[in-house]
Amino acid sequence: MSRVDVLNGNLAAAHAARLSRPEVIAAYPITPQTPVVEYLTQFHADGSLPCQMSEVESEHSAMSILTGASLTGVRCYTATSSQGLALMYEPYFRASTLRLPIVMNIVNREMISPQTVWGGPQDSMTLRDAGWLQIYVEDNQEILDTTIQAFKVAESAEVLLPINVCYDGFYLSHMTERVEIPSQEEVDAFLPPYRSRHIILDPETPMAVDPLTNGRLLMEYRRKHMAAQQAALVAIEKADAEYARRFGRSWGGVIDEYRTEDAEYLMVSLGSVCGALRECIDDARARGVRVGLLKIRSLRPFPRARVIEALAGKKGFGVIDRNVSFGTNTGILFQEIRAALYSAGSRYPAASFIGGLGGEDLTLEIVAGAIKSTIETVDAGKIDNEASWLVRPERKA
Amino acid sequence: MGDTLSYFRQDMLPHIWCPGCGHGTATGALVRAIDRLHLDKNKVCIVSGIGCSSRAVGYLDFDTLHTAHGRALAFATGIKLARPELKVIVMTGDGDCTAIGGNHFIHAARRNIGITTIVMNNNIYGMTSGQYSPMTPKGFFGTTAPYGNVERNFDLCELAKSAGATYVARATSYHVPLLIDLIEKALLNPGFSVVEALVQCPTYMGRKNKIGGPVEMLNWIKEGTVNVKAAAALPPEKLKDKILIGELYNKQEGEYTADYDALIARVQRKYDKFQGGLYGCASNSD
Repeated sequence: MSRVDVLNGNLAAAHAARLSRPEVIAAYPITPQTPVVEYLTQFHADGSLPCQMSEVESEHSAMSILTGASLTGVRCYTATSSQGLALMYEPYFRASTLRLPIVMNIVNREMISPQTVWGGPQDSMTLRDAGWLQIYVEDNQEILDTTIQAFKVAESAEVLLPINVCYDGFYLSHMTERVEIPSQEEVDAFLPPYRSRHIILDPETPMAVDPLTNGRLLMEYRRKHMAAQQAALVAIEKADAEYARRFGRSWGGVIDEYRTEDAEYLMVSLGSVCGALRECIDDARARGVRVGLLKIRSLRPFPRARVIEALAGKKGFGVIDRNVSFGTNTGILFQEIRAALYSAGSRYPAASFIGGLGGEDLTLEIVAGAIKSTIETVDAGKIDNEASWLVRPERKA
Repeated sequence: MGDTLSYFRQDMLPHIWCPGCGHGTATGALVRAIDRLHLDKNKVCIVSGIGCSSRAVGYLDFDTLHTAHGRALAFATGIKLARPELKVIVMTGDGDCTAIGGNHFIHAARRNIGITTIVMNNNIYGMTSGQYSPMTPKGFFGTTAPYGNVERNFDLCELAKSAGATYVARATSYHVPLLIDLIEKALLNPGFSVVEALVQCPTYMGRKNKIGGPVEMLNWIKEGTVNVKAAAALPPEKLKDKILIGELYNKQEGEYTADYDALIARVQRKYDKFQGGLYGCASNSD
């Protein structure tokens, strides 16, 4: 039987990892991910997480250990944030190009400089082209459910790619919410043990992993890797549907929509700010403004077809990015949405916003302002080529 | 002694360290050593990595650089190479210096580059709330060692010595006058100097290991250490499990940036001669 508890996001992630029965965990503490490692250590010490655990000397070593472990065919888990992810970049890219279905929670934290420890998904969004699957979630229940599903998606035969389940530092990692924790039996029935068949270091059947490879063959690997990313679009939806059948909760698969059916305007974002957007959309709706939310869950693979479908027939949209894409004048998500629509031959008026960097709060007031501004931009038929900055008015001394 | 407060960015105070933390004592010792040597503030650059220890630079009124986790010595190496005339000081902790930054530490020591490194060793990762570090003694507790640490710990001073540092010393937040003296001598050493400052972390190390508050921890540090001079006259049984403090190693060898400059001068002379000899003209004057 499942049970209900009050959990912060990090504990929700740790429970999900425990229930998924990883065989090797290697991690290095970094704010705001640290409690995940502590909870897992405690589970391990209590005997409720029978696995091999290593507290390594850096994130580079954490991912390297998991690469070795995954090559022996076992299920692996880790978590990191920000600078830790940046340090991990070398083995991070390699884990995906070796097609190792490692699951890693990224507790999103802003990138330095200037020095900061607060939230923002710049860390993982910057690495969107490194070959991993990346799902962004909105609340603590979604962290738990999606992390369990992540193992299933990553390990499915047509995918075999590592996956990040990304959640906001502090806003989710350190805030408590009601979370339903499934029982071990329920999770076991959903998630069978992982057994590697595609790449394995086994003395009985020797295999040379990663010899020097020419460009022609390398391109063949890349082509297959890209196809696997596309296959993940289906695998994510399948895992979500099966999870919904077994546990009664669906998160929408690769995207989630809120009050979009008869909407004229759509607000697009990802992560915890979607909570504020839902409230502001309810407010606007109460005043007769037909606005809805398109939440991007899967950034990689990018759900192009579902985005096109969700926007079909709308007047226009606005995107709130909690990240920057230097050199493009907008955030990353805005570019992704625009690119997807171009391929469908669709041209919508669109507003671009950047805000909430370095843990800055996107208050209901600010988000409501972004909705109002989106409607003005769309009604004027404009397409932003430069983001508007969402900032709190400075407090008067 | 001058006014040590003038070495601090007073608008950045109060600091973030917990009540009873030893980092302030070690930072104060560094400032007093600098004051004694009358170093020109504008010729001192202080570099730190990440962790509680590394917050020190934010409070110090010098040119300071707060860098990435474990990388203070790498950044400092760049500074010293580009501006050898500067007094470059690194403030780091046991986690920052010996785990994620361990490789930089041994190579800075091997090169004998003129950097003074103050390692504030509180035997634990304080900032991320008490994980065991490579300097947590075996058997001690941390949030990631709920049944005691199974790993062996580094002896930082032995590590520094064997990696090639030319000045190695250890003192504690209890033995403050000694700590100031040793930092002063370290700052005068032209090569790579390491001063390990044993400091108390009552919040995590003290609590997790039931050592007590700041006072009990200072006593614990006092009882656990023996001055290297006194140790010479003590029988081995009296030295069992004791940590030696004082100057542990001091040997003059070529400093890296000085050797580098000497190499450039030597090769330049040879090149000039070669140009003159072969083409019968002076070196290129363009």
